[in-house]
Amino acid sequence: MNARFRSVALGVAWRNLHNFFTNPVFVLPALLFPLFFFTAFAGGLSRVGDAPGFDFPSGYTAFQFVFVLLQASAFGGVFTGFAMARDFESGFGRRMMLAAPRRTALLAGYALSAAVRAVTVWVILTGIALLAGMEVGGHGVELVGMYGLALLVNLAAVLWAAGIALRFRSLQAGPLMQTPVFLILFLAPVYVPLGLLDGWIHAVASVNPVTLLVEAGRGFISGQPFHVAGAFAVAIALVLAFLTWALRGLRRAEAAA
Amino acid sequence: MSDAAIEAEALVKQFKKGPRAVDGIDLVVAAGEIYGFLGPNGAGKSTTVHMLTTLLPPTAGRARVAGHDVVKEGAAVRASIGAALQEAALDPYLTGREHMRLQTALHGLPKEERRRRGDALLERVGLSEAADRKVGGYSGGMKRRLDLGLALVHEPRILFLDEPTTGLDPQSRTSLWAEVERLARRDGVTVFLTTQYLEEADALAGRVGIIDNGRIVAEGTPSALKAEIGQPSVEAVPADPADRRRVEGVLERFAGDGDCPHSTEDSVAVRLAAGDAGLADVVRALDSEGIRVAHLQLHEPTLDDVFLDKTGRTLEGAGEEDGGGDVARPEAQPEAAPA
Amino acid sequence: MSGGAALRTQVGQLALRSVLRTARQPAQIVPALVFPLFLLAVNTGGLDAATSIPGFPSDSYLAFALAVPFIQGGLFAVMNGGTDLARDIETGFLDRLALTPLSGIGLVVGQLAGVLAMGGLSAIFYTVVGLAAGAGLQAGPGGFLVLLALALTITLAFGALGVFAALRLGTGEAVQGLFPVLFVFLFLSSMSLPRNLIETDWFRTIATYNPVSYLIEGVRSLFITGWDAEALALAFGVAVAMSALFLAAASVSLRGRLVRT
Repeated sequence: MNARFRSVALGVAWRNLHNFFTNPVFVLPALLFPLFFFTAFAGGLSRVGDAPGFDFPSGYTAFQFVFVLLQASAFGGVFTGFAMARDFESGFGRRMMLAAPRRTALLAGYALSAAVRAVTVWVILTGIALLAGMEVGGHGVELVGMYGLALLVNLAAVLWAAGIALRFRSLQAGPLMQTPVFLILFLAPVYVPLGLLDGWIHAVASVNPVTLLVEAGRGFISGQPFHVAGAFAVAIALVLAFLTWALRGLRRAEAAA
Repeated sequence: MSDAAIEAEALVKQFKKGPRAVDGIDLVVAAGEIYGFLGPNGAGKSTTVHMLTTLLPPTAGRARVAGHDVVKEGAAVRASIGAALQEAALDPYLTGREHMRLQTALHGLPKEERRRRGDALLERVGLSEAADRKVGGYSGGMKRRLDLGLALVHEPRILFLDEPTTGLDPQSRTSLWAEVERLARRDGVTVFLTTQYLEEADALAGRVGIIDNGRIVAEGTPSALKAEIGQPSVEAVPADPADRRRVEGVLERFAGDGDCPHSTEDSVAVRLAAGDAGLADVVRALDSEGIRVAHLQLHEPTLDDVFLDKTGRTLEGAGEEDGGGDVARPEAQPEAAPA
Repeated sequence: MSGGAALRTQVGQLALRSVLRTARQPAQIVPALVFPLFLLAVNTGGLDAATSIPGFPSDSYLAFALAVPFIQGGLFAVMNGGTDLARDIETGFLDRLALTPLSGIGLVVGQLAGVLAMGGLSAIFYTVVGLAAGAGLQAGPGGFLVLLALALTITLAFGALGVFAALRLGTGEAVQGLFPVLFVFLFLSSMSLPRNLIETDWFRTIATYNPVSYLIEGVRSLFITGWDAEALALAFGVAVAMSALFLAAASVSLRGRLVRT
């Protein structure tokens, strides 16, 4: 990665983050919605932790925290994709492509801004969860592993959304970015562990790659690491697959411009 | 006040926390007249129309349309007028025929009459074939024609058209002009037409009011307004540049009082004392002197020249300076009653 | 045409327009029908274990949660009804209507017709799918009529909110911006667990004061209890009160929006 690549990526990231943090219409939902979901799931459904067979050592709050963390990371990536679609729709994306010698630096810039946005949300979410009495069974390395997984989810989501944004170059493709992510998240063990799911939802969740990520994250926070290698393998595979997807989208955008 | 179709006296519109969009307008439009209201973007044309059509209460002044006060007798005014406003304002999910059915019903036409009137109007505006297609698929010209047809469902005696041909291609524009003329000449409908296009005002209007910054700066027939500016000028480009002095000498004979020929490197121009009737004499004179001319052109004063004379700006330049659209739609809060 | 006849004609024509517009926008219909049922399926699968909690009022989480789509359908009523009217304001169609003898009441009532039609269709759809999936309607066939009446009243309440929002805010984008706010009201309710089983005190308190809880519990009672007079009275009471409040607010906002002398 040479200096020019770095400066383009940092420039794109800076602009996105500036627009994000200075505009309440963007920043407030991004911060408030994860908090809201955490509150609704952990606060409203805490009795579900008393269901027979529900045996999570760190309690229901920590159980839900992991899902909300991954959900916020995924949607943070998708919303960065929205920003990219907006840029291309307005013509600003074309201006950036003309200026950047290596256009992959633009992708890197968006991904970097998505990561910074995600980390901001994590800090606030974690703070609120700890204030709410969340028990953390895992130690330093395990927690780094949990946040590492969340970062990979964020990266996979922003690359997925970028691929759509670059192909359609319009905010009207927003639902196309968002709906599959929503579906894949909610077809994982959201409210109870996989073992307590029944019927079709158990069958679907068993083959859903997000299930492995969620369960591994829950293993990290409870201090009982679970399928760590498999989870990271899945996460990295998703990142690589969507990177290819995004790069091909970039070629399409170049051809159209 | 008299029996005019439209009258306004010292009409003012001051928006709360906004501009004084109309600053004391006086006008009288006779029945059956086509009155053109010409001005750049932001001049106050649409705001004036909104007040005359009862969609905006004036801040001050009075206006009567079809003999009814626009403030005190709003419902009576609305029953007498049709309006096609700046936006075509159609529902993209309804067909042309469904629009007609809705409009005729809302105007209280009997059920038996609604279909007949709707079909007749669709025929009149050339949309019979497209009547059962959703308006979302109509071209700009088709939408404008439907808009005009909808404005006529209750056979109003007065029609307000707010920039009806903006954004249309030349063919659609010409077709709409023809319909407006038919309405006025054949059916005796009074037409109050706002426009920013000189040729539209020239082509259609019997009288023109030129508005700038909320005030009427000139009013009269197009030819009278242009005649105020002066006679037309002729410009001649001699085939041999060496003949320029001789051309000057010929054209000087036809110059108006106090005028003299004006020369550039290639051409000579002069304002004709006899107007465009003098052109033939100029041609004969040049021919009799044996001067060959590469190019000869008559320049008539335009309404833009009138605007320039009154305001110091051209119509196009005025619109760009003022930075955009007429103030037409109010914020959601009710306005104070006018004085 | 007499005043009453004119109003009937106006309302009828605008109602027809509203229904046609809704029917011709699959993007409004399909998500309103499909999305709530998808969430129901996911939540039923994911929270079926909750039926084992002592005191849970039903053996079937599906029957327990089937009420929620009715309220989510209400959220879509706000959005769709509101954005349609906001579009009329933005495009100037409202000015076209203002130039006719149309009354303000006629406009609001006519506008709500399409929303109500969609609400009725959704209610029937959710019920049929729920019954087919194995949920029972303890209140029986008579209960279905009450369910439909309650669903329409709930739709009226949310539709009136959408109309008020459109008249007040004036743009479709602003109306869409309400969706997260309404979503919050839905989640901070008894949608996932009965109020007496919500462990977290502040959450339970919010759910108790949240009118949406009573709407959900009224619909739910028809599925899992049968005839619960108190739950039904509260649900109808809340829905009627919301309808009255938002219709009144819409009338006030209409005066500022449908400006004519």
